Amino acid sequence: MSNIRGYRRPAPETQPQHLHPPYVSSITRAPSKPLVHMPHTLTEVTGPLFGIEAVDVKACDLTRQHSGEPLGERIIVSGRVLDEDARPIPHTLIEVWQANAAGRYLHKVDQHDAPLDPNFTGCGHTLTDDEGRYRFVTIRPGAYPWRNHHNAWRPAHIHFSVFGPAFATRLVTQMYFPGDALLHFDPIFNCTADEQARNGLISVFDWANTIPDQALGFRFDIILNGREATPMEK
Amino acid sequence: MSLHATTSQTVGPFFTIGLRRLNKTNLLGPGVSGEKISIEGRVLDGNGKPVPDAMLEIWQANSHGRYAHPEDDQNNQLKPGFQGFGRIGVDENGGFVFTTVKPGAVPGPDGKMQAPHIAVSVFARGLQLRLVTRIYFPEEALNADDYVLNLVEPERRATLIARRTAVAGALQWNVILQGVDETVFFDC
Repeated sequence: MSNIRGYRRPAPETQPQHLHPPYVSSITRAPSKPLVHMPHTLTEVTGPLFGIEAVDVKACDLTRQHSGEPLGERIIVSGRVLDEDARPIPHTLIEVWQANAAGRYLHKVDQHDAPLDPNFTGCGHTLTDDEGRYRFVTIRPGAYPWRNHHNAWRPAHIHFSVFGPAFATRLVTQMYFPGDALLHFDPIFNCTADEQARNGLISVFDWANTIPDQALGFRFDIILNGREATPMEK
Repeated sequence: MSLHATTSQTVGPFFTIGLRRLNKTNLLGPGVSGEKISIEGRVLDGNGKPVPDAMLEIWQANSHGRYAHPEDDQNNQLKPGFQGFGRIGVDENGGFVFTTVKPGAVPGPDGKMQAPHIAVSVFARGLQLRLVTRIYFPEEALNADDYVLNLVEPERRATLIARRTAVAGALQWNVILQGVDETVFFDC
């Protein structure tokens, strides 16, 4: 029990800095003292696991939660959850939330002057399958203004929350769309120094999963921390 | 072949749409044994202002020091009904409260037992990555030898230890994101 196989730490610059002043909300919320490095213990290599009983199987289709169809461009967002060694992460919970096609969230804090859609709530969840695959049906979210700086607009995005096998693998991120002109100007997307890492947040147009006459496909793979090769010695 | 873990991004201000379904502020349930405790506190920013759009996730062992997870192969008791996971949103004043059992001690990296603790992830608008911290317990003999607490400079350890209140079993613990009294966060 004293030999714990921990999870790998991120490669330099592939994760955001806590303080990124262009993202104004980080200025008073980012820690100012250095984080204390700690080894992974039994606490961090375990974590909550969610089974099929925690899941509504219909919740992977965000377009079928109301009596009518939501407005907007129907899309299929699918991909795999893998670790850094490309091993699939099966049966892990993914939660998503997003704005509607007009760029409005169903949330009391969102005061953007764009219409709510009575047929779109904007949340869903699913478990990955045996091969780490997942699939959501939704509508393409709209861009929306925010007050971070003059003429600030968030590029279209879908929020993803993923657990993985351990406390150490917990991830919350955002998926973007290819070719979005707003990405270049977005301080949240650009908070990560490494360009390749940033671009990993942009989904890829997916012919194979595009359904004729019905919905465009976008592919978004999610990579969670890999495992250390050898257990930590005491 | 080696990939890099996907870049983290903030939960933003609207996360309750997608995440409230799993909110869980009471981890007790039928058959859950142990010392019942509640922990209340607030999430505050660098100006001492409440953070109204934050969320905590907690992960803990049961009262016997066992995690409900296949990698915990200890022989001590794992009774059904206690998962050890909680998700707690804050109110408009940054306030939160949750109810659980005090976790038992679990093995540490130095072959000694770790002091009882609850692992915490903090998410909020403005945080591009979750912040990881721990809640320890007051007047706990194992704290003095705890491997992780001893990684922290002594004058900052108090930020990780919940305080007793006048009410038995009710503890108080705040998350201070930034500043002189900043909570210790771990690179984890």
